[in-house]
Amino acid sequence: MSVSADSIPAAPSSRWSLSRLAHDHNVLGLLFLLPAAAFLLVFLTYPLGLGVWLGFTDTRIGRSGVFIGLENYQLLWEDHIFWLSVFNTILYTTVASALKFGLGLWLALLLNERLPFKAFFRAIVLLPWVVPTVLSAIAFWWIYDAQFSIISWALIEIGLIDSNINFLGDATNARASVIAANVWRGIPFVAISLLAGLQTIPPSLHEAATLDGASSWQRFRHITLPMLTPIIAVVMTFSVLFTFTDFQLIYVLTRGGPLNATHLMATLSFQRAIPGGQLGEGAAIAVAMIPFLLAAILFSYFGLQRRRWQQGGAD
Amino acid sequence: MASVEIRDVRKAFGATQVIHGVSIDIVDGEFVILVGPSGCGKSTLLRMVAGLENVTGGEIRIGERVVNDVPPKERDIAMVFQNYALYPHMTVADNMAFSLKLRSAPKSEIEERVKKAADILGLGHLLERYPRQLSGGQRQRVAMGRAIVRNPQVFLFDEPLSNLDAKLRVQMRTEIKELHQRLKTTTVYVTHDQIEAMTMADKIVVMHDGIVEQMGAPLELYDRPANMFVAGFIGSPAMNFVKGNITVNGKAVFKTEGGLELPLATAPAGADGRPAVYGIRPEHFVIDAANGIPAEVVVVEPTGSETQVFAKLGGQDIVGVFRERVTVGPGDTIPLTPNPALVHLFDAQTGQRL
Ligand SMILES: Nc1ncnc2c1ncn2[C@@H]1O[C@H](COP(=O)(O)OP(=O)(O)OP(=O)(O)O)[C@@H](O)[C@H]1O
Ligand SMILES: [Mg+2]
Repeated sequence: MSVSADSIPAAPSSRWSLSRLAHDHNVLGLLFLLPAAAFLLVFLTYPLGLGVWLGFTDTRIGRSGVFIGLENYQLLWEDHIFWLSVFNTILYTTVASALKFGLGLWLALLLNERLPFKAFFRAIVLLPWVVPTVLSAIAFWWIYDAQFSIISWALIEIGLIDSNINFLGDATNARASVIAANVWRGIPFVAISLLAGLQTIPPSLHEAATLDGASSWQRFRHITLPMLTPIIAVVMTFSVLFTFTDFQLIYVLTRGGPLNATHLMATLSFQRAIPGGQLGEGAAIAVAMIPFLLAAILFSYFGLQRRRWQQGGAD
Repeated sequence: MASVEIRDVRKAFGATQVIHGVSIDIVDGEFVILVGPSGCGKSTLLRMVAGLENVTGGEIRIGERVVNDVPPKERDIAMVFQNYALYPHMTVADNMAFSLKLRSAPKSEIEERVKKAADILGLGHLLERYPRQLSGGQRQRVAMGRAIVRNPQVFLFDEPLSNLDAKLRVQMRTEIKELHQRLKTTTVYVTHDQIEAMTMADKIVVMHDGIVEQMGAPLELYDRPANMFVAGFIGSPAMNFVKGNITVNGKAVFKTEGGLELPLATAPAGADGRPAVYGIRPEHFVIDAANGIPAEVVVVEPTGSETQVFAKLGGQDIVGVFRERVTVGPGDTIPLTPNPALVHLFDAQTGQRL
């Protein structure tokens, strides 16, 4: 009796600890996280770490460099072209994002109305997003061509202007032109995402507001907009990140010219690192983008926090 | 407060017509319930009164004014939706104050009216909560609060209690009725629950497939249903229907093909030999050992206050409901007789009351 009495508690206790391990959410969570963590480590952390490291060296193409501390950053601090690119990037991101938001929201509201050929229009709106960036950039390059621009041609035909517009040769024009191209390309993402958000708002809320006496503007202001803010925060964060790191469009259209007027940090970084051969300096410029991106992410993190009205019981 | 007049109103969605000429007169201060099976057009009719759907034909008047082309916000009506449609991003207080804010009412007046409505509905301690933080019954009350702060001409309710559990439904039923007695606002209330209709309404409108089958006071519909549809819809459990012929042979009786003879108090003039449907409510069967027709008991369902007996009477399935305790079991026979004074006769073809 005493033997069995001793052995009985032993068996359940070992099984108990195993099952507790399997049921412990922390342990399980960690296990499930492992593959993703390994993936992130190899494909994200390593290149990022390498980039940061290169920024502290004087590496050139074909010659491994040595650690030089903050020398690259000191050079950049005094480099007015770098500061111009910072200014350009901020200008480009702000103006393009604001336009994309305004036009995208407007388009989403239109597409959310009952209109004929709805599916057709929704598909059309996606088009700029579907076309590869380089392809659309080449199309824009042609549209903005100093000699053969269709815009100049049309305006001359109508009689509004008498000579071709120098789209990409003049600093202000070039900035406006690349922003326009970026807006054209970025609108579908904003419009379709916001449209999806609009469709999650129950129609009965609009009906209730109508009966409460709200005009269509008041319904937009007091129902649509507040209910859409969580989605606007996500969409605009992504939109800002995409725009801030834009490279292809600029590189095809202007390569940063004229006189660096359209050089963004991303294009300048590439310019210095690959054609210029200064890998260390290019990396330093890329690293300098990180604080801006972090700021955008932090902003959205706070913007994205569940609002008080979203918390609490389910429906 | 105002009267509501619905004149030969029709509604078509594209080619399908769903309301085929409905006319209802609602007196100022009346509590009218639209009742009918799912899909009969109750919500559509209510939404036309609210102005959320266009009227295809006919006329709707609110307080003498034709409102067919009046936008919803100028109709001065308040509606409580089935899913409540509370603004999720506004607190209870803001939900109730929204319409007043839109009208730029003075702040003190808004606060006063919201407080008053909250007191009436017992929402005082919940004013700072968001809809998500409320139970179903509390949300229901907020929806009503949002309607009453506006002090509208007409209240419209679209199945406001269908998302609540049975007990809460009974409680809210009483509360809504009390609220109406207190405010005396003209109310149109949609439900598919005939008990709700019977207990709350001044007047019931029974709808079926886009037409009005009958309207009248609850007991009027119960006592004198105009046709088989209303007879079967009002009352629970539903009325028993037996097919057969009226025979007047000195004394009027009702004979079925199976040879069953059911008593009639009187027969309509010249009805001898006429095929008809005999309707008797379950609660109008009497257990009568002397004259009863033996019926074979199939199922017995005691609910405590009453006993429902499902039985076969001369080959016909019938239900009887008895207030007294009935101690029979399946397979037993029970002597049943319909109370001849409470029998309804309907035309076999048209289903209209004879
Ligand atoms: N927007 C619409 N387009 C086409 N048909 C519709 C539309 N709305 C309602 N209907 C049709 O109109 C009829 C009446 O619908 P309604 O919603 O009024 O029914 P109801 O009596 O309220 O039913 P329930 O009790 O299920 O709510 C239904 O046959 C429905 O299919
Ligand atoms: Mg309905």
